[in-house]
Amino acid sequence: MAAWVRRLLRGIGSLTGVLLLVALWEWGSIRYGSFMLPGPRDTLTAMGRLAEQQALLAAMWATSWRAITGFALAALAGMALGLVAGLSRTLGRLLEPVATVLLGIPPIAWIVLAILWFGSGSLASIYTVAATTLPIAFAGAQMGARTLDARLVELATAYRLPLAQRLWDLYLPHVASYVFPALITALAVAWKVTVMAELLATDTGIGAGLALARVNLDTAAAMAWVVLVVVLLLVAEHGVLRPLQRRMEPWRTGH
Amino acid sequence: MLELDRVGVALGPKAIFNDLSLTIGPGESVCLVGPSGAGKTTLLRLAAGLLAPTSGEVTNGFRETSVVFQEPRLLPWRRVTDNIALGLKARGIGRRHRRARARELAAAVGLAESLDCFPHQLSGGMCQRVALARALAVGAELLLLDEPFSALDVGLRSDAQQLMQQLVQERALAMMLVTHDLIEALRLGHRVLVLAGSPAALVYELPVTTPFAERTPAWLHEAAARLLRQPLVQASFQPLVDREAA
Repeated sequence: MAAWVRRLLRGIGSLTGVLLLVALWEWGSIRYGSFMLPGPRDTLTAMGRLAEQQALLAAMWATSWRAITGFALAALAGMALGLVAGLSRTLGRLLEPVATVLLGIPPIAWIVLAILWFGSGSLASIYTVAATTLPIAFAGAQMGARTLDARLVELATAYRLPLAQRLWDLYLPHVASYVFPALITALAVAWKVTVMAELLATDTGIGAGLALARVNLDTAAAMAWVVLVVVLLLVAEHGVLRPLQRRMEPWRTGH
Repeated sequence: MLELDRVGVALGPKAIFNDLSLTIGPGESVCLVGPSGAGKTTLLRLAAGLLAPTSGEVTNGFRETSVVFQEPRLLPWRRVTDNIALGLKARGIGRRHRRARARELAAAVGLAESLDCFPHQLSGGMCQRVALARALAVGAELLLLDEPFSALDVGLRSDAQQLMQQLVQERALAMMLVTHDLIEALRLGHRVLVLAGSPAALVYELPVTTPFAERTPAWLHEAAARLLRQPLVQASFQPLVDREAA
């Protein structure tokens, strides 16, 4: 079968799943009334209303910017620390419990602390995102550095690879294969945590929009924001991270 | 010239070998045979500079030395071309030159069609040929091979041996081949050395003067049988039997 036919069939499969979910949503809306659960059409209307008020793009931008900044900081720091921890057993033992503790702190606790430390505003949400996603990137990079095949390292020694080439041809591709899945998880977490932090700490962004919807008892607007977050996340994952992964790891598929 | 001068290697209190001396001259092919666990691989790693001797000295006068390991050890995320060119890149040769060189060598080992493949798309025998091309690419004067064909099935192994024989002759390479296959050693070597015992020593040396072209299967089997009839060689290949008898 041609590749595009297979891709088309796969696409139809995924689409069917989405449509089933929308149908269930519509059914729930009819069953419980549009105040409790506004249907897809009400949500779209609410989204249109928000767009008319110019609130939509500004909020999406504010949230994305915070999520991406926090995520990028965490990814860089987490990968650097994870590599160090994976390559040196001593430092690994030192940093591992720290990562475990960080992973155990619920994001909501970070938000409270961040508001106390930095006051309300972007910084509090960026910090919260960074603190929650850092341990995930750390764990991925540490695992990558630790599982490097000793026989390939010996090969590098035998062929006298200079440090830069070792990093580029050996360590980086191997570590990337562990780090990418971790980063995709971290990105999803980043978006959710940003929205949560915004709800409490800022007056702009999707989280703040949700807070406003709650005050106004505007369930349709709340649903509209939820849909937006999901769309943003899908765009970030399938529009940026996964294509990047495919580009960097063509050897997995062999094309 | 590679010279191992009274080298010793100890792993903790256990000596793998003591006072072992071995010289490999330019263009000379030395095959090292012996039972499993005798220390053949250790000796090869010593020659490759991957392991420092506990005592004695290793002097390698060859301009370039490369190693082919028992497994291909290719980088799974690099295409065949870049795997072959790995050592060239390490020596600072530009991309265009090293790719051209990699193409030549791929052709020499019969992989001209697979340049753009990733290792996982190749068979075991093809991967080992990539590893061989990678070793040749740096212009090695001495090749150190650690049972490079042991994972291949009979037909492929014979092909690989023939290729090796041809390369050694054409390029006048010096070579140290570790193997547990006497026939392979007799087919490819100018000298066959038997490493055995604990701590291990070179217990027997057989110069092979027959030209490569005259080493027919019949000749090889006969030579192997003759070699195995030597009491020292026989004893070294049957340590278990001896120990049980004692």
